[in-house]
Amino acid sequence: MDQQTLSLLVVGATFALYIGIAIWARAGSTSEFYVAGRGINPIANGMATAADWMSAASFISMAGLIAFLGFTGGAYLMGWTGGYVLMALLLAPYLRKFGKFTVPEFIGDRFYSKAARIIAVISLIVMSVTYVIGQMRGVGIAFSNILEVPLATGLIAGMAVVFIYAVLGGMKGITYTQIAQYVIMIFAYTVPAIFIAITLTGNPIPQLGLGSTLQGEDTYLLEALDKTMVELGFHAYTAVGGMSMLNMFLLTLALMIGTAGLPHVIIRFFTVPRVRDARKSAGWALVFIGLLYTTAPAVGAMAIWNLVNTVHPGEIGTEEGHLAHADKPAWMERWEQTGLLAFEDKNEDGVIQYYNDANEEFAAMAEEEYGWEGSEIVTLDRDIMVLANPEIAGLPSWVIALVAAGGIAAALSTAAGLLLAISSAISHDLLKGVFMPRISEKNELMAGRIAMAVAILFAGYLGLNPPGFAAEVVALAFGLAAASLFPTLMMGIFMKKMNKEGAIAGMLVGLLTTLLYIFTYKGWFFFSGTAMLPDNPDGWLLGVNPTGFGAIGAVFNFITAYIVMKFTAEPPKDIQDLVESVRVPRSEA
Amino acid sequence: MSQEDLSRQAYWRAHLRLLGICLAIWFLVSFVLGILVAQPLNAIQLGGYPLGFWFAQQGSIYTFIILIFVYAWRMNVLDRKFNVHEE
Repeated sequence: MDQQTLSLLVVGATFALYIGIAIWARAGSTSEFYVAGRGINPIANGMATAADWMSAASFISMAGLIAFLGFTGGAYLMGWTGGYVLMALLLAPYLRKFGKFTVPEFIGDRFYSKAARIIAVISLIVMSVTYVIGQMRGVGIAFSNILEVPLATGLIAGMAVVFIYAVLGGMKGITYTQIAQYVIMIFAYTVPAIFIAITLTGNPIPQLGLGSTLQGEDTYLLEALDKTMVELGFHAYTAVGGMSMLNMFLLTLALMIGTAGLPHVIIRFFTVPRVRDARKSAGWALVFIGLLYTTAPAVGAMAIWNLVNTVHPGEIGTEEGHLAHADKPAWMERWEQTGLLAFEDKNEDGVIQYYNDANEEFAAMAEEEYGWEGSEIVTLDRDIMVLANPEIAGLPSWVIALVAAGGIAAALSTAAGLLLAISSAISHDLLKGVFMPRISEKNELMAGRIAMAVAILFAGYLGLNPPGFAAEVVALAFGLAAASLFPTLMMGIFMKKMNKEGAIAGMLVGLLTTLLYIFTYKGWFFFSGTAMLPDNPDGWLLGVNPTGFGAIGAVFNFITAYIVMKFTAEPPKDIQDLVESVRVPRSEA
Repeated sequence: MSQEDLSRQAYWRAHLRLLGICLAIWFLVSFVLGILVAQPLNAIQLGGYPLGFWFAQQGSIYTFIILIFVYAWRMNVLDRKFNVHEE
């Protein structure tokens, strides 16, 4: 059986599994549709949360990102996991105690204001829609790259499957499919990592292999990697480089509070039976996320090590130290066809030189000493690092098929979570909360299903015709979550006297400053050519990267809310009682 | 102020103290050890890992996991002590 048929079979089997689960776990009430009837075991919810959270970006792109950043790639690892500490300690248990269906619902009730609820709905929809485009795109790309079918075919197949289990099952169907998707995803991620760790270091556990010596030598892998990277003009792998300390700090903080403020993750903690389950469930979520996130640094470092050593098999600058363009292994030639990898023999010596030609001092030295005229890997897409890993390590074809299924599972599970957040905001917050308060439960459930169907079609359309800014919008989603939702939710719980005026002013200031800063460097509404300042460290205000600005937007939100609160009336007594009641697990509401 | 209100206040204060300790550890392992002092810490080796690098890419995540479970456990103890636990 050839690779493509095998991959299609494996992916087809996973799709059949998701549909089977959908039929078994149909939702019969709004409670089942929005929060799975609050009957999910905390460990199961942790697993579903992990799949919900880990997107195509975590599965495919993160290890590559770390491979090229080295030490500073830790900002993504710490940022995307540390947010769970904030969520478990500052938000999840209280919002579970509040006991309603959506995040805007809490904001609307706590700040006794429909306006606050609508602002929350708008920021939720903006961030979820921008985020879901990337997921739909990820489904299409996984199909077209690995399964070699057209992007549209793959995307429509993915949409059809999500449609079945999300529209039928709501949160209940989504939760059980996400558990299956987590298992497929983690298996597909760790199996190649284990094989590569054994090949390089002899240690089967990637997390330990990264700290081990190279197979048959007494040099540590990281030590050898540092040395090689420096010889090629890059910064040492384990040292600061690629971004400044300030930006690493801000990016980590923005990703942490952004993660904690993402509504599609928060609502997962509404599905467990009790407050204590919400606390514990966040811990389980992080166990399942950590399994992938502590493997990723090993995958990244080992992938860059493999790449550099394939291109430079011997001492750098000597004749036998470089791979001849004619001798490239099959996986390089295959990825060249996709356009994600490209070589060019700039100095026409027949062999490949891969080095940091942006390092002027090193490039000048290399030209003088070795006659190099620029790095000869001219395109190197970081996503190749995970996707080509099984081929680089020479793993059997069923592993390659599994990686395809894993990538698709990662994208589908996140997309489903986001779509549920969008549809519940529309049917529960807008329709029932604002426009049709008297709607019957049966009709609300129907409205939720229709909203879900429309959201899937809309996201699928945008995935097929992505706006040019698809890559930047993920930063926007996190920035908005960090600057608008997280501070407002936190003040709603921890500051009893925070009132409606303060919360609304804070949310608006956080939202607007973050949007303004991002648009200044990325262009107004991301239209190219409308950026007002250059998007590089020299143009950034005080050197702050727009991606990390959410952390500062959050600070503005807190300060504004506090000042406005001081000059306006305190919240009514019943609201203060509500705050008291969410703070304790058992109390008369 | 009623007896119950006083006990509520004591519960919330004890809770905030626990939160403060947990968040201090959260900040220490990530922002301090994994970023601010990571460079000098790299002079120390943990097996083949420079220590600062280990905190940024491994150690902080392990600490976060333990932290959440310890917090959940201490909160359950606190809930029982102040008799506000769920059935």
